[in-house]
Amino acid sequence: MNNNFLNIGILTWMTFIPVVGMIAVLLVPKEQKTTIRWISLGATIVQLIFSVIIYTNFDRSLAGVNNAATMQFVERYSWIDIKSVEWFGRIHIEYFLGIDGISVPMVLLTALISFVAVLSSWSIEKSIKGYFALLLLLDTGMMGVFVSLDFFLFYVFWEIMLLPMYFLIGIWGGPRREYAAIKFFIYTLFGSVLMLLVLIALYFSVSIPDASTGELVHTFDMIAMMNPANYEANSLLFGLNTSWRYIAYVGLFIGFAIKVPIFPFHTWLPDAHVEAPTAISVILAGVLLKMGTYGLMRVAMPIFPDAAIYYLYPLAFLGFINIVYGALCAMAQTDFKKLIAYSSVSHMGIVLLGMAALNTQGMIGAMFQMFNHGTITAMLFLIVGVIYDRTHTRGLNDFGGLMNQMPKYSAIMVIAFFAALGLPGLSGFVSEVFSFLGAFQTFRWITIASTLGIVLTAGYMLWTLQRVFLGELPEKWKSLTDINNRELIMLVPLAIIVILLGVYPTPILDLMNASANELVDFIKGENNLTILGQ
Amino acid sequence: MTETLFLQFATAILFIPLISFLVLIFFGKKLSDKSAIVGSGLIGSTLLLSLIIFFSKINYFHNQTFEYTFTWVDFGYYDSKINLGIMIDNMTAIMLVVVTLVSFLVHLFSISYMKGDIRYSRYFAFLGIFSFSMLGIVLADNFFMIYVFWELVGLSSYLLIGHWYEKTSAANASKKAFIVNRVGDVGMFTGIMILWSTFGTLDFEKIFSLMSLGVIPFESTVWLTAAGLLIFCGAVGKSAQFPLHVWLPDAMEGPTPVSALIHAATMVAAGVYLIARVFPIFTADALIVIAYIGAITAFVSATIAIAQYDIKKVLAYSTVSQLGYMVMSLGVGGFTSGFFHLVTHAAFKAGLFLGSGSVIFAMHHVLHHHNDHHTDPQDIRNMGGLKNKMPITFWTFLIFTLAISGVPLTSGFLSKDDILAGTLAFSDLTGHTIIPIIAFTVAGMTAFYMFRVLILTFMGSHADSHRIDGIHESPWQMTTPLIIFAALSLFFFYSPNPTNASEGWFYSAVVRPETAVPENVSASSIESFEEAVHHNHGKAITLSLLIAGLGILISFATYYWKKISADKILNMFPKTFKFLNMKWYFDELYDKTVVWFTMTTAKVLAWFDFKIIDGLVNGTASVTKSTAFGSGKFDNVVVDGIVNLTAYTFGFFGLIIRTIQTGKVQTYLAFAIVGALMIFFFFN
Repeated sequence: MNNNFLNIGILTWMTFIPVVGMIAVLLVPKEQKTTIRWISLGATIVQLIFSVIIYTNFDRSLAGVNNAATMQFVERYSWIDIKSVEWFGRIHIEYFLGIDGISVPMVLLTALISFVAVLSSWSIEKSIKGYFALLLLLDTGMMGVFVSLDFFLFYVFWEIMLLPMYFLIGIWGGPRREYAAIKFFIYTLFGSVLMLLVLIALYFSVSIPDASTGELVHTFDMIAMMNPANYEANSLLFGLNTSWRYIAYVGLFIGFAIKVPIFPFHTWLPDAHVEAPTAISVILAGVLLKMGTYGLMRVAMPIFPDAAIYYLYPLAFLGFINIVYGALCAMAQTDFKKLIAYSSVSHMGIVLLGMAALNTQGMIGAMFQMFNHGTITAMLFLIVGVIYDRTHTRGLNDFGGLMNQMPKYSAIMVIAFFAALGLPGLSGFVSEVFSFLGAFQTFRWITIASTLGIVLTAGYMLWTLQRVFLGELPEKWKSLTDINNRELIMLVPLAIIVILLGVYPTPILDLMNASANELVDFIKGENNLTILGQ
Repeated sequence: MTETLFLQFATAILFIPLISFLVLIFFGKKLSDKSAIVGSGLIGSTLLLSLIIFFSKINYFHNQTFEYTFTWVDFGYYDSKINLGIMIDNMTAIMLVVVTLVSFLVHLFSISYMKGDIRYSRYFAFLGIFSFSMLGIVLADNFFMIYVFWELVGLSSYLLIGHWYEKTSAANASKKAFIVNRVGDVGMFTGIMILWSTFGTLDFEKIFSLMSLGVIPFESTVWLTAAGLLIFCGAVGKSAQFPLHVWLPDAMEGPTPVSALIHAATMVAAGVYLIARVFPIFTADALIVIAYIGAITAFVSATIAIAQYDIKKVLAYSTVSQLGYMVMSLGVGGFTSGFFHLVTHAAFKAGLFLGSGSVIFAMHHVLHHHNDHHTDPQDIRNMGGLKNKMPITFWTFLIFTLAISGVPLTSGFLSKDDILAGTLAFSDLTGHTIIPIIAFTVAGMTAFYMFRVLILTFMGSHADSHRIDGIHESPWQMTTPLIIFAALSLFFFYSPNPTNASEGWFYSAVVRPETAVPENVSASSIESFEEAVHHNHGKAITLSLLIAGLGILISFATYYWKKISADKILNMFPKTFKFLNMKWYFDELYDKTVVWFTMTTAKVLAWFDFKIIDGLVNGTASVTKSTAFGSGKFDNVVVDGIVNLTAYTFGFFGLIIRTIQTGKVQTYLAFAIVGALMIFFFFN
């Protein structure tokens, strides 16, 4: 396996290439706008090339999840090691990177979306140097979250990503950007605090023998946290099905739920989307939301499988709420971006439902839905961005009849819209169907109720399509131009992926199959499943 | 022909229309008028292949089923897989010909009909993707694949109905069609979820065989019935059955040849085909529900058809009514007759739509020529007397009308008669007498309203004598399909005996499959049903002839000889007429209930989200902020105040004390003396 490049691990490259780009951007005088843009694009292209290497070299048969030996592209070094602190013991934080089937699709998605985001930022003129530097830093933060296996490192990347996001919305956003940025920041930080508390509790509960001396050392190693044998007797989180473990799970859950976002923690999303510039909306919907569900799969559920099963029913129910509530709220919107934002709430509900099913189809459906939602919603936000660039309005009722005026644009839009409403032949359908097929076996009635979302989604999507693209073209839009080549370059690859994976999903399903099955088995195997009623 | 060749041909039939779509979508602009030739040529080749499959299958491989399945997605867990695959049995072979033939003739018809349209090539591209989706349904060998193509048919119908999307009504109609169909599809999907969680596979054959071994959903026959009915929901949507029939009449906003293709012969027949395909999973209870849904649909839409003036609307409701007939037939157990009616109906109804297209085409041209933009070219009250001007259209239209009315020597007589015998048999076996009563009533109504259209359109005198001279027969590309369909509406293609279909090839090719459900919940057996049908055959023929004859007679008496005044009857029952003319107010009812409820809920929830949920978030923020402000104030006023007060106090006394610290020895001396005196005074 080609694990190294110039003696540096490939995951490190993936993660820090954007930082290299950022430094380069900072060194360029701010007048040279084109150079800055191309440096940023170059960094993301290199990242994309590395992700292709990962895709081709990834061993599909290894499961990972709770087994460090079957993690791939692993890099593990001691990062911070303070040998002895009087009342604290030894502090040992590792630089521990590795990926398995849960993270690979997200890594690929992050590289892809970052590339698209840079392209869609081409028309940014305001403080361009700062903008691209922050965008690249954001890229590093996201990538870091998906490749970290040390909980502390994971947390660091999680927090790193907040900062550029705050400024990108707060400086380059719309009229209410400051409100939206602060809301996003504080909301996420609130979740982070809960996560931090659980992180500390876990640290003091888990210990593993040191490799050289054999003495027991506390650790932030996520994989070690998944093994009940590593919990010190009488520590806070020792045992199974204890109330402290339930509380810790809920703490983590809320931290991640805010990111997804799960009802009722979702109201930061429409504001953030509406105010954020297009590229940031694309990243937000395309990657950031997935960090929430990824956190649940990577951290919360396998570390607390007992609690995960205990709270399975509420999880499925929240999935249902997200699906139906999100769809209904979307239906009532007149702002194009807000509508797509609420549709994200609805579509992420499908991930929750599939995850809660705790079986193969459900888990694969959920993971695949994360990937597909990333590409489809990115397309939708780009589509809004294209039209907003030209008209400076997002009011759904201001448009009409664009189909004839902008035929290429409309063709792409038709693909994105039908993918979002789950039309067969497009990727969204596959993951939606798998999630539902899986969920039905575990939660019969909740799943039946959730199918209401399928009809509602068709309703608001087609209604939107009609309001914007069909009917008569208003006089004021008679001079609109169709999309240019740069916009095509960012939209067409996404469209191709959406179609290819809709017709033949195996290239991505292959990556996650082993891990999804392992994850399900691992969570179920820890416990008796009697709590799992219908 | 070998098995491989069959499957290769079938695969080619499936994908050629897709190629047509792709070519025309990407190169349509360049091809411009040649698009029609490319599209028609490609579909024509699928027709040829279908005919080869059909003849060799029926003649030489009568009892064989050819199947090719491959794994599409492997979950890598307990052998859990989703397969895709095609299968060819006699039903498939027949449907392949029906679909490709109608599609080809509609392509041909459209060459002239759509000439000069702004999206000429795109129209043919969409016909291609429609044919692809429809053929996918026909060839599917499992529930997953049928569901995939089911939805794709929904998409193609959306695209074709909305062909003239600049018109709000067309855009609305296409949206309505898709959403109403989706409601049915979600039911079907729920059924599929039940089957998947029970059987772990979605292949038809595997499910049927497991079910015959006694495996049923959640060990409950109620769930089994529910699964069947949920799958049937898909058919309710696509085949426009009550209560989801409302989309089909609106779908007439699409170009008329489209109506002939998808809203008469193929897409709407998909529902009937689905019921036939999965017939073994229906329990007796499910079949009774299916029969009643079909009967209600047939009756309701026949009453509506009587009160319409738009020629396409009449045909649309007549289609709904006939589809109800087929569904009812399958429900009562008349499997072969229901499917047979699908095939015969496909020919004469496609013919009727194309015939109406030919009339509308002529009317449109003459109105255009006269610069008349007020007269509706589709309103039968503006027509009349077209018989001599458009002889081919008239004579073929007459044959179609005779066929749909069930007059002997036509194909419609064969299939309808057998359906009616089936309903009588059903009533004998189960006691549901209302079913045959509705069936015969609808037969009479159909004959009546179809002749009403024929007479008002072609006979008598034209509504405007200036206009009639400008009306001409349509070109050959349009009349040829009419002649072919007319020929196919005659009996001899299907049976050598004009009074009995069961002697023909069709009845030996398509046989009702054995049920897979447990015996205690299954419908009456094939043998007992067939015996009852045989017993009722004579009765059915006599009654149906009488009733159809009566319907035709009343129609002539009213609209041709004018012995009965239609206006007088209308004036006697104005409310009833309005009720029927307004289609039983289904649209208004749905608007005021389902649509209103959804929109209101959406608005209320959006308000709730904005004011309450987000209000709480902002409230928390502002409470935090005011607390911070308060504590800031407290800090400033109280804590700092105390500090300042202390300082101030000291300062104050300091000030006072300072005044006495004058620095003069005399003052100090005076204080000292006063002090000493006071001490002395107090302690003394």
